[in-house]
Amino acid sequence: MKLLQATKFALRHVKFTSRIAQFSSAAQLKPELTPNVLYSGIFINNEWHKSKSGETFPTVNPSTGKIITDVQRGSKVDIDIAVDAANEAFRLHSPWRTMDASERGRLLYKLADLMERDSLYIASLETLDNGKPFHQAHPMDVTLSIKALRYMAGWADKNHGKTIPMDGNYFGYTKHEPVGVCGQIIPWNFPLLMMAWKIGPALSMGNTVILKPAEQTPLTSLYVAQLSKEAGFPPGVLNVVPGLGDAGAALVANQNVDKIAFTGSTQVGKMIQQNSGIGNLKRTTLELGGKSPNIILADVDIEKAVEAAHNAVYFNQGQVCCAGSRTFVEESIYDEFVERSVERAKQRKVGDPFHPETEQGPQVDEDQMNRILGLIKEGVKQGAKLVHGGERHGDEGYFVQPTVFADVEDHHILAREEIFGPVQQLMKFKDLDEIIVRANKTNYGLASAIFSKDVDKINYIAQGIKAGTVWVNCYNILASQAPFGGFKDSGHGREMGENGLSQYTEVKTIIVSQLQKNS
Amino acid sequence: MGVVVMSDIPIKYTQLFINNAFVNAISNKTFPVFNPATEEKIIDVAEAQKEDVDAAVAAAKKAFSRGSPWRKLDASERGKLINKFADLLQRDSQYLANLETLNSGKPLEAVVAELEVYINILRYYAGYCDKIHGNTVPVDGTGFALTKKEPVGVVAQIIPWNYPIGMAIWKLGPALCTGCTLILKPAEQTPLTALVLAALTKEAGFPDGVVNVLPGYGPVAGEALCLHMDVRKVAFTGSTDIGHKILEYSAHSNLKRVSLELGGKSPLVIFDDADVDGAVNIAHAAIFENHGQNCCAGSRTFVQSGIYDLFVKKAVEKAKARKVGNPFDQDVLQGPQIDKPSLEKILRMVESGKQQGAKLETGGSRVGSKGYFVEPTVFSNVKDGMTIATDEIFGPVQSILKFDTLDEVIERSNNTQYGLAAGVITKDINNALVFANAVEAGSVWINCYDYITPQTPFGGCKKSGFGKDLGPDSLDDYLETKSINIMLPVKV
Repeated sequence: MKLLQATKFALRHVKFTSRIAQFSSAAQLKPELTPNVLYSGIFINNEWHKSKSGETFPTVNPSTGKIITDVQRGSKVDIDIAVDAANEAFRLHSPWRTMDASERGRLLYKLADLMERDSLYIASLETLDNGKPFHQAHPMDVTLSIKALRYMAGWADKNHGKTIPMDGNYFGYTKHEPVGVCGQIIPWNFPLLMMAWKIGPALSMGNTVILKPAEQTPLTSLYVAQLSKEAGFPPGVLNVVPGLGDAGAALVANQNVDKIAFTGSTQVGKMIQQNSGIGNLKRTTLELGGKSPNIILADVDIEKAVEAAHNAVYFNQGQVCCAGSRTFVEESIYDEFVERSVERAKQRKVGDPFHPETEQGPQVDEDQMNRILGLIKEGVKQGAKLVHGGERHGDEGYFVQPTVFADVEDHHILAREEIFGPVQQLMKFKDLDEIIVRANKTNYGLASAIFSKDVDKINYIAQGIKAGTVWVNCYNILASQAPFGGFKDSGHGREMGENGLSQYTEVKTIIVSQLQKNS
Repeated sequence: MGVVVMSDIPIKYTQLFINNAFVNAISNKTFPVFNPATEEKIIDVAEAQKEDVDAAVAAAKKAFSRGSPWRKLDASERGKLINKFADLLQRDSQYLANLETLNSGKPLEAVVAELEVYINILRYYAGYCDKIHGNTVPVDGTGFALTKKEPVGVVAQIIPWNYPIGMAIWKLGPALCTGCTLILKPAEQTPLTALVLAALTKEAGFPDGVVNVLPGYGPVAGEALCLHMDVRKVAFTGSTDIGHKILEYSAHSNLKRVSLELGGKSPLVIFDDADVDGAVNIAHAAIFENHGQNCCAGSRTFVQSGIYDLFVKKAVEKAKARKVGNPFDQDVLQGPQIDKPSLEKILRMVESGKQQGAKLETGGSRVGSKGYFVEPTVFSNVKDGMTIATDEIFGPVQSILKFDTLDEVIERSNNTQYGLAAGVITKDINNALVFANAVEAGSVWINCYDYITPQTPFGGCKKSGFGKDLGPDSLDDYLETKSINIMLPVKV
């Protein structure tokens, strides 16, 4: 899953234990409590369409369980139309193919400006549809999405090929060309940000896109689709087709799609990779699950480490692919750490995501809530010690109590499976070699963190961990400039950073015979 | 962008710009600035002396000090400031263009078109701020190493009068992108638009002391900047003679880094297989653009013997048709030269061409008696040893030379102390590639000329200088590489 967080913001998490202090500046912002839903259709060729089947699906406010609106349900036929539009937009000599790279960048800058203009509305819509606290959605989801688009805008005319000193009387050079038509399937935990991470590099590099948002959270991506038209992207360059899993499957199966970028579960990621093997060998970028270790050494400032570990797992209701969901604490401070973690979890404010002091809103839907509650029960059954929470919070909406488990052992289901909820696992360790082995004893490899003041220990562990990201004395620091992605079953490919560009480009080598070499 | 001719062009700024404020010179000294189309004085401008340079450098140094707002700013925020600066440049384009034409004599229409490119250059650099990567290094032994690219620090930038806005943007872009602080000294002939740019950087939100602009003269303000012990780098665009001096100043002071973009005598080679009309047009623009006041002007037009006579005939017709006059007039392609010394030097060079046996096909004289206008001039039968074939004229004088073979023209092209640019016009890919690989020049244009974009590095070899403007390479001149080596307890 996916996650994110502004550097400054996260530093603040570490710095202050007061929740009010964390959001003091953000609290000035005024959400729209009942944002109008302006777009609920299928966006193809810069126009809004109804589904060919006439079917719709409801999108629900997870704080109340009530339907927000019905959304057009794209299925195979709609996906195929969108793919055709994207292919037409990508054809030789099309406006998009003949555009200067710098102009593509300017369109992305413009889209970012429009999102900034409408940021309060977009953050409100995100909170309504997803349930995440508005006072996190604005400074994090929306702001980071804008930054991601601007970052990728700048790359548009800077993704250089090379000239190559070849053997023989040949002059060789490489060109980085767009892959072509990209299907992008994104999850519900960071709907807007995952869209920005996907369309940013794809459009910067000159691809065309069919984006399928998660069925739980289609609203912000549909709004941004309209903004992309306002920004001036040519028809067919960005298409957004809301729908269920069958729409995603149709996108993966379509032989005129050149690439699939997917963020979501490992299970679905494997199906996508298999389908690529069966069909047209689509390129795939997969950003999947995680069970990331957060390793706390005894030399830390315990108060700060507890706060950081708390945010590492509870941020975004625990619905974060790189959540620090295995908190390994060195033996000598373990008991105190457990005690303080429980205290912190008790203070966590759960409730209306539009309220300025709320830290934790609802889980995204009833299925997720029930799944989390089921894993908690299984954890208790296996012998982990439930020291706080463990129940549904209230009886309206899909809220779960901040939950803390102590004495979690490596074989427990709580230590192996992605919970994707507000459930902290506190585990004990004795020495460095042991912790590296245990941290790596998972099929995932998305992220990890080390808290310590000892440079030798930090470097030793950082080198030994198998994970796409290692945070040192911080957590969930994701910036546009730094690539993100996993080892092992957490997927392959990297998003954002310069590495993110290679996921959206093919390298073409051009070799020209020449009469004579001149070094 | 359309062109708006302003009947009244207000001069908003005439003082030194230090620490985000316009101030008089400490000495209260000023110098006059002229309109080269009328020879009339426009206004008096503050003239920076050594003590003003000291004040500006102190401001730039403070802005670069550890813990300053500028040093603590996220790189992406620098990018936002540069983009904002670009937005303001766009907003004030018509005013800037009119002021530039008034002060430099460049045709207004050309300036407006150039401004579009300058805005794009700023946007290019804006996008680079947070993409200046160091490396991690798999070193021998038990440690590991990182490299970091850090800004050089306080930078002095001395620019010429031929593209006053353009050269300022070329210099400001990479310095601000990399996080340096700077003191820009515009040419004494053309300080007015640089001061407007300074005001726009303040409006964009650059912190105090990041951008400083000092109008003044080379031997006073320029020299003081180059000798200053707190200036870490000088970027200079101008003549090769002054380029020599700047290296000496560096050697005599603090070994400051130097990048030099100097003169040129760039060959443009046209083969028999070229479309003659197309080639004539390219060659005409290559030399006459900006009245020939262009460091990379195609000032040696080599034409293969099979089409030589036809080419000369058409080139002469093209030159005769070139409209010279008031640079604010819409159909005027050529305004005045920048000043009287320039005018006199060009006329002297024309005279030498005639005396040394080149054939004056058209032009060769001053136009009128007010303003520094020169007729578009074409010489044929130019030989390699003639002064007009070896020295930079920096005026509207085309020298057409004849050649027979590829090898011959490569050798003759390289037979110069300069190495800024070169062009080749041909349909034969082998001619084009062999020439492009063999010519000693920083830029080679194939079937085009003066094709300069934000993305492509520009700068010379040999006595045309070293270091690059534009493109990613330009950033290198503003960066130091720091290696950080960390010892581990064991190799992992």
